[in-house]
Amino acid sequence: MIPASFDYVRASSVDEAVEVLADAGEEAKVLSGGQSLLPLLRLRLAYPSVLVDVGRLPELRGVRDEGGHVHIGATTTHDEIIRSPVVRAGCPLVALATATVADPAVRHRGTFGGSMAHADPAGDLPAVAVALDMEFVLRSTTGERVVTATDFFTDYLETALEPGEILTAVRVPKLGEGWGYHYEKFHRTAQAWAIVGVAAAVRVTVSESGARHVAEARVGLTNMGPTPLRATAVESAAVDAELPPVPHATANGSPSTARLPSANGSGPHDTLREAASLADGDTSPTADLHATPDYRRHLARVLTHRALTHAAATV
Amino acid sequence: MTRITVTVDGVAHEEEVEPRLLLVHLLRDRLGKIGTPVGCDTSNCGACTIMMDGRSVKSCSVLAVQADGSELLTVEGLADGPTWHPMQRAFHEEHALQCGYCTPGMIMAALDLLKDDPDPSDEAIRHGLEGNLCRCTGYSNIVKAVRRGARAMSDQEVTT
Repeated sequence: MIPASFDYVRASSVDEAVEVLADAGEEAKVLSGGQSLLPLLRLRLAYPSVLVDVGRLPELRGVRDEGGHVHIGATTTHDEIIRSPVVRAGCPLVALATATVADPAVRHRGTFGGSMAHADPAGDLPAVAVALDMEFVLRSTTGERVVTATDFFTDYLETALEPGEILTAVRVPKLGEGWGYHYEKFHRTAQAWAIVGVAAAVRVTVSESGARHVAEARVGLTNMGPTPLRATAVESAAVDAELPPVPHATANGSPSTARLPSANGSGPHDTLREAASLADGDTSPTADLHATPDYRRHLARVLTHRALTHAAATV
Repeated sequence: MTRITVTVDGVAHEEEVEPRLLLVHLLRDRLGKIGTPVGCDTSNCGACTIMMDGRSVKSCSVLAVQADGSELLTVEGLADGPTWHPMQRAFHEEHALQCGYCTPGMIMAALDLLKDDPDPSDEAIRHGLEGNLCRCTGYSNIVKAVRRGARAMSDQEVTT
């Protein structure tokens, strides 16, 4: 279908973009890669009167190592994220999850900030954001403010962004040494949205005898409610879980690990499995064409176990 | 209306466009590049895949105004006069199409894949084409064609 008419402003600076947004109020939408917005316009699910194109602003694009965190400019494309040595080294979970977003052509255009601001509960990156306690930098004509991931995602397709405000960057705190990462996603076809997804980071300690235990865990859930969720009960219960020896070392943080086959759990896995069985607590999954709420709860438990197991195996 | 310039298959064009005009409609309806079909309305099928500044994009999910200043390559720009591009020939030789609707997008996505991986495994081909749907062939012959096309391109030292 053809989108309804709108005015188009290609902003030459962030300052100009927020001024146009301030004048237009709720009638305006920010355009960057357009990979979420254009389908909405084509299906006439959105009718903005003006699109403010920020897709060519160099100040919004690119990845930087800023010591304690990785700075990701809002219009950095998924493809750039996957290829970024800074992302792979500083926040490998972001690279792993991004490699599962849509398909190569969409990843060439779609942006990191765009998929956050779109806030689809089936989007992969918001769950990573809550798992890693990312910080969101928002700008308007009145200045800049920073909100945490849990405060940023407020409801179904809703964020803390006010009319007139633009997401300029996301800061991803680095977790440091000893962490393993995995994003486990269940979907109907290769490039489809997640029916459920689980982002996991696990810090592993290895004793002198070679025994491996979970020291700390982070778990974010995709599509288990109107917003991404942090599975705090799983995180607490997973601490001290004994891990099996690593059969084959895998390249830490390589996006290819996202496609590892699932591990068969038994014996020392049990504490981890018990922890994963708490994954659907405090969730409110929806029913749609692809899954009932009960099925999503089942998936959350199974996928959380897989995600924790794979994450730990990469350390 | 917004004035844009684009280069399509090596030819520069200057056009006045409505901001809501989709890139695929600019190509088909204004510039006559009907080799690029429109498949779906949901960014799923990949039939409209073209190269924009050297990387694959779904031209139904790009506004023409966003392509201002870009270099575009469609399936129509691949052949060298009467001589097909090695990837086009490979699709023919491996019978990698039945109705042919997905073929332009498949070929463009395959060429994008080869930029990163000139000698891809079957698995890499299947992942590289994950954004392109075919409802006829079952994909096996498409994967064979991409492999054959990749070999032919490497023999002839063709990069796109």
